[in-house]
Amino acid sequence: MSAILEAMGLNKSFGAVSAAADVSLAFEPESVTSLIGANGAGKTTFLNMVTGYLRPDAGAIRFDGQELVGLDPRRITGLGVSRSFQIPQLFHSLSVRENLLVAEGIAAVEHAEEATDALLERFGLAQYGAQLAGLLPEGVRKLLDVAMALVARPKVLLLDEPTSGVAADEKYGVMDLVMGAVREQGVTVLFVEHDMDIVQRYAGRVVAFYDGRVIADDEPRKVLCDAEVRRYVIGETAHAQA
Amino acid sequence: MSTALAVLFDGVVYSSWLFLMAAGLTLIYGVMKILNIAHGSLYALGGYTAATIAGAWLAAGHAAVGSYAMLLVAALLVGAVMGPLLERGLLKWMYGKDEVVLLLITYAAFLILEDAIKLVWGVESKLLPEPYSLPGNFRIGTLAYPVYNLVLIAVAVVVGLALAWALYRTRQGKLLLAVIHDREMSAAMGINVDRVYLATFTVGAMLAALGGALTAPMISVSPGIGVEVIVLSFAVVVVGGLGSLGGAAIGALMVGIVRSLAVRYWPEAELFTIYFVMALVLIARPKGLFSPPEARKI
Amino acid sequence: MSRDRTAAALAVTCALLLAAAAIAPQWLVFLLALALAKGLVVLGLVLLMRTGLVSFGQGLYFGLGAYASALLANRAGLADAALMIVAGTVCAAAVAAVLGLLLARYREIFFAMLSLAFSMILYGALVKSSALGSTDGFNLHAKAFAGVALAAGVERRVFFAVSVLALLVVAWLLHRYLSSHWGRLSAAIRDNELRVEYLGASVYRVVYVNYVVAGALAGMGGAFAALAVGHVDPETAYWTTSGEFVFIAILGGTGNVLAPFLSAAIFEGLRTVANQYAPNVWQMSLGVAMLAIIMFLPGGLWTLLRRRAA
Repeated sequence: MSAILEAMGLNKSFGAVSAAADVSLAFEPESVTSLIGANGAGKTTFLNMVTGYLRPDAGAIRFDGQELVGLDPRRITGLGVSRSFQIPQLFHSLSVRENLLVAEGIAAVEHAEEATDALLERFGLAQYGAQLAGLLPEGVRKLLDVAMALVARPKVLLLDEPTSGVAADEKYGVMDLVMGAVREQGVTVLFVEHDMDIVQRYAGRVVAFYDGRVIADDEPRKVLCDAEVRRYVIGETAHAQA
Repeated sequence: MSTALAVLFDGVVYSSWLFLMAAGLTLIYGVMKILNIAHGSLYALGGYTAATIAGAWLAAGHAAVGSYAMLLVAALLVGAVMGPLLERGLLKWMYGKDEVVLLLITYAAFLILEDAIKLVWGVESKLLPEPYSLPGNFRIGTLAYPVYNLVLIAVAVVVGLALAWALYRTRQGKLLLAVIHDREMSAAMGINVDRVYLATFTVGAMLAALGGALTAPMISVSPGIGVEVIVLSFAVVVVGGLGSLGGAAIGALMVGIVRSLAVRYWPEAELFTIYFVMALVLIARPKGLFSPPEARKI
Repeated sequence: MSRDRTAAALAVTCALLLAAAAIAPQWLVFLLALALAKGLVVLGLVLLMRTGLVSFGQGLYFGLGAYASALLANRAGLADAALMIVAGTVCAAAVAAVLGLLLARYREIFFAMLSLAFSMILYGALVKSSALGSTDGFNLHAKAFAGVALAAGVERRVFFAVSVLALLVVAWLLHRYLSSHWGRLSAAIRDNELRVEYLGASVYRVVYVNYVVAGALAGMGGAFAALAVGHVDPETAYWTTSGEFVFIAILGGTGNVLAPFLSAAIFEGLRTVANQYAPNVWQMSLGVAMLAIIMFLPGGLWTLLRRRAA
């Protein structure tokens, strides 16, 4: 199967900081991959380069054969690559329903009202429909953020820390809803995550970053046992293992 | 040759005047993120107070030379009174509101002060020609210039250097720079941001009042002199980059010299050229020439 | 306010105003005509504020509309109010279409002050132009509407009636626009531009369109104001005039398309009273009122009406 999203030789540095050093990754359609790494390791930089927020110093990114480098976020979304945000980016003075309607309108979805109802149901947000987005609890904000990204029926969805800020006992609930909706639409998913339980449970593949390089790329079980990953990502040292 | 020199000199004189206004405005914005429209009223207050104090000084028969000191006293007085009054009395309660709302608040303050000035000083013009005519004229080629213009340039240069030294060489200045750079982080580091705000606004007010005080001998001080000043000062500050002192100086020079050229060769377009320059700069550099870099948002 | 109630309110208001055009005393017709002209300008401002932008330079288009319509009557000899209104609107829209290309890139303070700067360019040009009367401006006298000659003494009433119909149409269209996807998108841009771009829409395009519409409305208002007053001068483009429009917008709030006209009427009424009895505290009163509204009624006077209904 050919990769739906492919990054080749990505390089990006901010002064002396290397955020991406020759990063090459390929993602199969409908796969679910988790990107892990300590803060500053390059995961979010990778996400930002794919979605057009940053331009790589060198390298190429191809989606469905189309070159993404040089395109702005608007074009990239139009092609079928959507993202959600670590800090939910919502329209705070509009209601939850209106937030989705905005997304529907932009994507020129027919029967927007019905589509919105369906999405609210799918994400368990029906009860919040009329509430202002600025007044929602964090977990609900996250769900809305992801729901909005799914409106345009993207082929690739990038989730930036989907459970960060969410209460511990709600994390699984949020991820279950998200991954359920995603599976229905047959979307390829990449998600950045710090919570290794979430990673293990939902990812079919894990890519570990450190200092702008990919240091591990395999199924979760193997990656999370890798010595370098344990040292640079999970943060265990020889002493702690006792 | 002497025409070019005259145009240049005119430009530099105008730039000096612009710089005094722009310096205060840009500092206040840099530190407090407020574009202070009331700056125009502070300018006017400086002019009126100078006319009153220096006028009284001269009328009492004191040495004419002392009137210059009176101009300075007027500026310091206005700044010392109006600065804290506006900052503590009004602005302090509004921090955290949207930038444009704060702009509207300073606009409201401006409207109130304009009428307050009318209530205190009446509507007739006040004249204070002595400091202007006292030092006499000097010549550039065939043209005679008041020496007072040199005083203006000198004051602007001294003020500019003093501000630069205060900002970059003193401890208080560095605290100010820190707040300009990142207010939240500065507060987290223990900097008394409240006090920095008060100090900044007061200094800014003094600078505006100084501009007005120095201008008083050159014009007839009457209601409304503060109105046009604001828009001009803003143009300079925007060209230089909001929050940049060096930018204010360079912006003032650019605008002053361009205006001088316009006045000489195409008088109808005087205002046009100033804003045209501003628009050109903004097209090339949307945040002005020396604006601070912005951090990533997502 | 639900769609039905806005339609009804608009219809009732316009019916009342048309009645006033016919039978109200001259001074009231004048006041209402001016309020309506300014209300049109403020409608455009409200649209921009919905998008998160405050223009401190609508005086540019107000002045353009006024002068363009006046020049058509005086210099081109076409003293037909219908043509003058169209000229004012089109002229303003054309300039907005050009300036909007630049201004739509800016936000917050930069947008506010850049728009102010452009209005000051026009002001400067008008003041220095002796051909256009410099600071005095010049008078104009329109004698016909759409080819129909008007009896002397009746023209102002006819122009006012036309402006009422214009308000009816414009306000209704704007109401539809604001209730549509575009209106919601404008509000979304105000809340979070980044997200709008990431959802696939062009923020620049929406801001540009809204800016041109606001410019056209201000031009139309300028033409109506010129017709009502019979005189144009550079003050129309001065930044304090633009400041007045902003004040009226804040006074009324952005909650409904009728609010701009109502607050303009209140503003003009108060200004007339102030000019009579206390001209030296008019600006101060404006300033105090603005502060009071910002602090206690940030949604404008309209929120009072809404609270009562709720």
